[in-house]
Amino acid sequence: MSAEQDQILDQVTSNEYKYGFYTDIELETLPKGLSEDIIRMLSAKKKEPEFLLESRLKAFRHWQTMKMPEWSHLKLPEINYQDIIYYAAPKQKAKLKSLNEVDPELLATFEKLGIPLEEQKQLTGVAVDAVMDSVSVKTTFRETLAELGIIFCSFSEAVQEHPDLVQKHMGSVVPYTDNYFAALNSAVFSDGSFCYIPKGVRCPMELSTYFRINAANTGQFERTLIVAEDDSYVSYLEGCTAPQRDENQLHAAIVEIVAMENAEVKYSTVQNWYPGDKNGKGGIYNFVTKRGICKGDNSKISWTQVETGSAITWKYPSCILKGDNTTGEFYSVAVTNNHQQADTGTKMIHIGKNSRSTIISKGISAGQSQNSYRGLVKVLKNAHNVRNFTQCDSLLLGDMCGAHTFPYIEVDNETAIIEHEATTSKIGEDQIFYCNQRGIDTENAIGLIINGYAKEVLNKLPMEFAVEAQKLLQISLEGSVG
Amino acid sequence: MLNIKNLHVAIEGKEILKGIDLTVKLGEIHAIMGPNGSGKSTLAAVLAGRDLYEVTEGEVTFEGEDLLELSPEDRARKGIFLGFQYPVEIPGVSMVNFMKTAINEQRKFNNLQPISATDFLKLMREKKEVVEITSNLTNRSVNEGFSGGEKKKNEIFQMAMLDPKLAILDETDSGLDIDALRIVANGVNKLRREDNATIVITHYQRLLEHIIPDYVHVLYRGKIVKSSGKELALELEEKGYDWLKEE
Repeated sequence: MSAEQDQILDQVTSNEYKYGFYTDIELETLPKGLSEDIIRMLSAKKKEPEFLLESRLKAFRHWQTMKMPEWSHLKLPEINYQDIIYYAAPKQKAKLKSLNEVDPELLATFEKLGIPLEEQKQLTGVAVDAVMDSVSVKTTFRETLAELGIIFCSFSEAVQEHPDLVQKHMGSVVPYTDNYFAALNSAVFSDGSFCYIPKGVRCPMELSTYFRINAANTGQFERTLIVAEDDSYVSYLEGCTAPQRDENQLHAAIVEIVAMENAEVKYSTVQNWYPGDKNGKGGIYNFVTKRGICKGDNSKISWTQVETGSAITWKYPSCILKGDNTTGEFYSVAVTNNHQQADTGTKMIHIGKNSRSTIISKGISAGQSQNSYRGLVKVLKNAHNVRNFTQCDSLLLGDMCGAHTFPYIEVDNETAIIEHEATTSKIGEDQIFYCNQRGIDTENAIGLIINGYAKEVLNKLPMEFAVEAQKLLQISLEGSVG
Repeated sequence: MLNIKNLHVAIEGKEILKGIDLTVKLGEIHAIMGPNGSGKSTLAAVLAGRDLYEVTEGEVTFEGEDLLELSPEDRARKGIFLGFQYPVEIPGVSMVNFMKTAINEQRKFNNLQPISATDFLKLMREKKEVVEITSNLTNRSVNEGFSGGEKKKNEIFQMAMLDPKLAILDETDSGLDIDALRIVANGVNKLRREDNATIVITHYQRLLEHIIPDYVHVLYRGKIVKSSGKELALELEEKGYDWLKEE
């Protein structure tokens, strides 16, 4: 590669992470470390009902018997769980009646992140639940949504106000026994979003949660639960950022989706946690369990993710297609640069008849990063006429990075039609020169080519998010060509 | 407008162009012919700024400015267009988006505001007619899945959109059937003006039945061995290149 392109690569990859600032705000924290006492304190602080404390303790006891999983294609560092703070909350008044009571420093933080919390300043049609460290700061448009019977609030509030719904659905898709990080989350989760769409309601606006890690030495363990009753529809967005720090921080979340008969849930993520610096120092460890169940017939769950951040990503948004004629979709763009590592993909579990799934995964690797797709398509014995289409593409920029594909296909019903396509390509020097010759410089050329490559996935995002995601891809990668 | 003096070019230490002299003035069409491997495409690529090649000697000026100092994108923005022999595919990038980006880069360079959506669509419509593109090639991704003929037509369409001062067409006729050849040639003829110029690089004489050049140059083993008027092309067609090799 020419010296000029190397230089551009250098300039761009040394770009500052835009969201790396830290807000100096008074915090209320629990002591470092993890024990039953800490969990009891956490639960008491949140005034939780007995069932929740019990389930936390059960999860914790189970977690203690487990080992960190080793099957992923990641170099996983030793994590000292006693060195993490499990609860850190910006100090503010107990109950907020209006926005005027929210600490202006907090409002300013979210404003700086491009998420104004004053409803009049927002894009109409997007309701936001803003979560900083361990607690939800503010949920907008609650009243408007409540008129339709939609519940959209922080998880903690849901525990207080709708304990029966929480008890019924929490852990029904991702039980605490599911995996190491799910058990950890079930023991120590602090907040997150809760969303309930009643029967027959089409949610008129995009619901979104914005996660911000701010405090140092703190882990973020949030939990999102979305329940869509019969014939309902909701589109849900999730965004995340964190300050730039030299030490690594742990993020272990759970997202559960329940879709009843004819319900449709779209879940979109733009993950932009701090990825660490050029030399691989710092960054978020992102170990997330996301799963949805298409419980009722004809229901549909669609995951779309744009993954650009985190030092390590370990994440497989999955669909259990239990009902007949159900649909599961997974659209993903995962970008790794510098020393980032990603092991991401999906699981489609076909139980119902005529269930269908589509998997489109686009990996983009640059620098010395490692990018893996790992996906399972499983068809159970009684699932007749199942169809799956998987397309798994990798794009390499430079020759120091790696792209890997680990598809698992388990079929127990011979009527299933499973298709898998995979490609690996490099951005060609001739493509860049072609753009150059039309007056487009190398940086913009790469942006254009990358966005073209990821278009199928970006098209699935809601409009405002797609534009954001496009820019993000360009910032993450411009110039990193070889 | 274009002055090439004693241009020597090497790739990986091997000299390919061994002292080219060529002057192109506004309003002119020059044809460069020659057998395979004589350095025709190298010349086109060097003028466009491809960095695989090393200029070891000589100079090139474009409108009085040292062309070799400029980046490929700046050369393009100043009005040099290369019609590629093998246009590359850019999957997922629509022609519309690609052309709009290119035009706006050019406008930015000339301190103009970005083109409005309506003006852009109007321009597309106009230029599509010039190139007789009736299909919706422009709704597809850049060259993706295009046939050989479609790719070449698409090059001429881009040339029409960007309205260059100097167009260099590298074997634009290769692989074209007679209809496509006529369309490509018509496009070039329609775009011909007193304030621009064209260099047509070709192996065969047949393109020159449609595009009448002012000058024909024969490139052989890295040198221009003969320059003359359009009648030279006919002579070459008749006698082949062998008689030149002997001279």
